[in-house]
Amino acid sequence: MLNPLLIVAGKEFRDGLRNRWVISICITFSVLAIGLAYFGAAAAGKVGFTSLSTTIVSLASLAVFIIPLIALMLSYDGIVGEDESGTLLLLMTYPLSRAQLLLGKMLGQGAIMAFSTLVGFGSSAVMIGLFSASTSWGDLLVPYTVFILSAVLLGWIFIAIAYVISVSVSEKSKAAGIALIVWFIFVLVFDLGLLGLLVSTEGNVDSNLFPYMLLLNPTDIFRLVNITYFADQNLTGLMAIAQQTQFSLYGLLAALLVWLVLPASLAMYIFNRRGL
Amino acid sequence: MMSHTGNIVELQQVEKKYQGVKALQSLDLNLHKGEVFGLFGHNGAGKTTIIKLILGLIEATSGQVSVFGKDPAQAGTRELRAKLGFLQENVSFYDQLTGMEVLEYFARLKGTSCKRSRKECFGLLEQVGLKDVCGRRVKTYSKGMRQRLGLAQALLGNPRLLLLDEPTVGLDPIATQDFYHTIDHLKHQGCTVVLCSHVLPGVEKYIDRALILGRGAVLASGSIEQLRAQANLPSVFQLKGRPGLSKELPKELCPLDPNNNASMRIAVPMEERMQTLRTLAGIVSIDNIDIHLPSLEDLYTHFIQGHYDQESALC
Repeated sequence: MLNPLLIVAGKEFRDGLRNRWVISICITFSVLAIGLAYFGAAAAGKVGFTSLSTTIVSLASLAVFIIPLIALMLSYDGIVGEDESGTLLLLMTYPLSRAQLLLGKMLGQGAIMAFSTLVGFGSSAVMIGLFSASTSWGDLLVPYTVFILSAVLLGWIFIAIAYVISVSVSEKSKAAGIALIVWFIFVLVFDLGLLGLLVSTEGNVDSNLFPYMLLLNPTDIFRLVNITYFADQNLTGLMAIAQQTQFSLYGLLAALLVWLVLPASLAMYIFNRRGL
Repeated sequence: MMSHTGNIVELQQVEKKYQGVKALQSLDLNLHKGEVFGLFGHNGAGKTTIIKLILGLIEATSGQVSVFGKDPAQAGTRELRAKLGFLQENVSFYDQLTGMEVLEYFARLKGTSCKRSRKECFGLLEQVGLKDVCGRRVKTYSKGMRQRLGLAQALLGNPRLLLLDEPTVGLDPIATQDFYHTIDHLKHQGCTVVLCSHVLPGVEKYIDRALILGRGAVLASGSIEQLRAQANLPSVFQLKGRPGLSKELPKELCPLDPNNNASMRIAVPMEERMQTLRTLAGIVSIDNIDIHLPSLEDLYTHFIQGHYDQESALC
């Protein structure tokens, strides 16, 4: 007998294929990645493949907006949607624990996210490898692996955050609204707030402490991961500050893992207390 | 371990409160093997609360709940659920999947192996009349088709205890008949069935015992005969004959609709039925007599109304 967790995950993945989530995320990511790789230097008045570092850094700064949005949209109704349609009550009468259901759903949608990220962004790596004269396959491997790995992690983190929302509310529309606010806070408000803090104190914040505040936001960690590789870039904004404090790549990936485990555990905790 | 009484479900002095509001009070209920049990009551009477208690979805505020001899709300009894079938009101399945895929998903969650589940699902879809549409997505299904899919789901894995909340809502008369035949069949295989409903006509033939609930309290319980005896409602005789029939009737038989028509109804107390029948049989101008025993609906109305009269008298 297959573990119920895997049965649920398999069904979620199939659902994702059926309602075209997988294909649309793949296309979005690959258009974004290939477009940036090829037209990335258009502002400088030329087309064609630009340097790998430019490609990855601009890709990362776009992905940081779009990945959390897609993950939240994919998962915000994971539990509350089943509750509204009545299947949650039904599933709870099956030989299946709440943990198995929740983790199964996260696993299934996490697989959708991982698969689409790999295919979508991976396709641009293949394009560059095939058609770019200046970049060899060997040059591509590590930066793209780091980029795709961190992108998958970022997606998973926001799936877990979406589930925290989904298990906490009783209406789908409410979950959608909260998901949008959460997205807005993480990708925009947080950074603006930090910049504002910096400006208003005229840079008088403890410079040792400040970079660590970036660890409070998974999207900033994701950006740090990807610029760690390309320190030769002229960075602006918050990332320039963090550049002085060199976080190790593994440390940053570990921070992303913490950001994955925390909301997932919180979702589990709230779900176990949810009434039927 | 089965409890010594052999009851599938035992509820003893069960009470349930939601945020201090009583949803169910001092309920005793025993369900035997191979019994079809009807649970009736208005909206919010506590039917669904009882079902949820039996399913272990909620815990009783006080009292004992035992299903197959175990407390269903305990985490360790999850395996018992493979022997349960359940269908609630208003369930809508995964729109993007086909009927077959939905059913297979639930079959595998119930622990059926991949190979066997396909065969089982085909059989069940055929049984509920969805065989021809099993490859279509659920979003194209009508309400009745969804309900039938839900029934197939409840019948997965040969349940020993079946709990059905409003199972015939949205079913056409023929599908309803088919459904009751299925229930009869399961009953003979030793399955215990709880039917929960406020749609009553036609159901009494198929249930062994009934419980009528009102505002969380038991108003009446027992077999239909016991309920009839308890309610002591009169039978209604429908007479057809020549015009002016009412003049020929004995004086103690008073028509319910006193006009001089050729057709009329008279109410006859239970114990006088045979005697009245003999008297009427002697009247030559009567062509036909139809006897209506109080139906479950009449009994239901009687008990519910009696309850409210009592309540308003107290106020």
